[in-house]
Amino acid sequence: MKQKFDIIQSTCVPLPFENIDTDQIIPARFLKATTNDQAFFGENLFRDWRYRPDGSKNEDFVLNNPKFSGEILVAGKNFGSGSSREHAAWAIAGYGFRVVISSFFADIHKNNELNNFVLPVEVSPAFLQSIFDEIAKDPKTELKVDVPAQSVTILSTGKSEKFQINGYKKYCLMNAMDDIDYLLGQKSKIEAWESSKR
Amino acid sequence: MNTLFDKIWDAHVVNQIEDGPVQLYIDRLYCHEVTSPQAFDSMRARGIKCFRPEKIFCMPDHNTPTRNQDKPIEEPISKKQVDTLEANAKEFGLTHFGMMNDHNGVIHVVGPERGLSLPGMTIVCGDSHTSTHGAMGAVAFGIGTSEVEMVLASQCILQQKPKSMRISVEGKLGKGVTAKDVALYIMKEITTSGATGYFIEYSGSAIKSMSMEGRLTLCNLSIEMGARGGFIAPDETTFEYVKGREYAPKGEDWDRALAYWKTLKSGEDAVFDKEIVFKAEDIEPMITYGTNPGMGMGINSAIPMDTPEKSLNYMDFKAGEKLTGKKIDYVFLGACTNGRIEDFRAFASIAKGRHKAENVIAWLVPGSWMVYNQIKSEGLDKVLEEAGFEIRQPGCSACLAMNEDKIPSGKYSVSTSNRNFEGRQGPGSRTLLASPLTAAAAAVTGVITDPRTLL
Repeated sequence: MKQKFDIIQSTCVPLPFENIDTDQIIPARFLKATTNDQAFFGENLFRDWRYRPDGSKNEDFVLNNPKFSGEILVAGKNFGSGSSREHAAWAIAGYGFRVVISSFFADIHKNNELNNFVLPVEVSPAFLQSIFDEIAKDPKTELKVDVPAQSVTILSTGKSEKFQINGYKKYCLMNAMDDIDYLLGQKSKIEAWESSKR
Repeated sequence: MNTLFDKIWDAHVVNQIEDGPVQLYIDRLYCHEVTSPQAFDSMRARGIKCFRPEKIFCMPDHNTPTRNQDKPIEEPISKKQVDTLEANAKEFGLTHFGMMNDHNGVIHVVGPERGLSLPGMTIVCGDSHTSTHGAMGAVAFGIGTSEVEMVLASQCILQQKPKSMRISVEGKLGKGVTAKDVALYIMKEITTSGATGYFIEYSGSAIKSMSMEGRLTLCNLSIEMGARGGFIAPDETTFEYVKGREYAPKGEDWDRALAYWKTLKSGEDAVFDKEIVFKAEDIEPMITYGTNPGMGMGINSAIPMDTPEKSLNYMDFKAGEKLTGKKIDYVFLGACTNGRIEDFRAFASIAKGRHKAENVIAWLVPGSWMVYNQIKSEGLDKVLEEAGFEIRQPGCSACLAMNEDKIPSGKYSVSTSNRNFEGRQGPGSRTLLASPLTAAAAAVTGVITDPRTLL
């Protein structure tokens, strides 16, 4: 949902696997909804890792571990690969995450997160490792994600790193504006472009 | 600089946003039932209409059953999604090829075969395998639902321009080595994130000598290398394929289009952000052993010792073991990857005069009604029926198991589709990706078999 971004300070949920694909984030059988019911998608986030085939909770999975919670998901490299399903971003948002941190994101999923006001924060592999290390030491480790300053800080150690986001998207996130709002204002320019190509 | 990608991309830039993305004009939008309903809902909520409805084509493919399509879909949620697409297309004035319409099929099979996807176009769809259409010499890529709405509303999309990569495969492919094997080989070499952030141009003598069907298979799998898309510069093979197709230009329009299409190639001085060259002779028939498409190997190889435990446990394989001779349970021929006529010819070439193994359940699903009808007119259906196989009705089917074609938990499926992720073909399913030839070899022997031994 459209919401303004500024500074987010939160504990994290660590998911230290690489190549987490969107089929794992939300399996295909949950894509049949015809409405954008984010609560439904959130309930089924990582469905087949959260629940065993008999429907019981998989207590070994991090989302079922009461020690870990927060608005920030921290994942291994190449997060969101595979299918373009935006349902994956809806599930992440619906569960309550506002930020995903990884050392590498798949392209389509990264756009999908941004279009749903979930901020993908790409950090260096070394910084990602230090976040995982701190969370392993203390599950209550907090991170500060400062959108105006484009920085992420591990509060317990003070270690900080800058992240990239283009000026346009940063403005959109900080002002709760989406790309369609922008494009609807461009109609005459598009028509002019079309005529120039005829 | 001066790559074909630059030429097509730059010719579609309406506006460059300062310190932001490009506003890119889109020539063709395809919509299927899974990733479009929320976009139409949002259009209604904003009270807006489609900007260029004539450039948009809709068809259901993910949920469609592969039997009894003349009857209503039994599963109510699937039926609702398919019906919703039809209602949305009607409300917004879009062309819709519904179930049982002779134009229906998997969107990435139908677009090229109807001449809707043409050289030089920008093409998008809410589906990562939109990269398929790159085989036509187009810039084609998958998008999310918010982006589908952008195109519905403005025929434009906001995108960062990807970097360019050229992957060349030089030489001649060996007997029994197909475009699918080339793609699985490239993925093994560069991993599933090796091309993330890039658009790939495929080049080299092995690529140029591929048929359109082979090129469509290769470009389809670009996304599995992490790339947004991959394409092949249009040439005589492309023009020959396009000519006369239903929506392709005709008469003077054709001459004008052809003259333009002939200019669509990278300059001699083109500079790519990255270049990789492979030798065709190094490529063998491939099979995957793990849980992402980059975890593949030559069919006679042993599973690498450094394979992650999580994947081995899921597949119930051991590092160091060979797969040849292993019993399998299911075979799936089809999908936007390998659901075209050439794939059925390849499968039939091995099935001919042999019989489906007792332990194997095989699903042969054409990519479209056009493919289905061609299978019949070439008599391949007879060959396959004599060998104990049944041709089903078109759709995405067991590629992602959104219809009833689901591989049961724990069962092994040799599949010509594109993804072997955990649970992809049904919860607990174990997928081994391979070419139609390798799938046919497994189907008739009941075990994983090097197809070259049967050719």
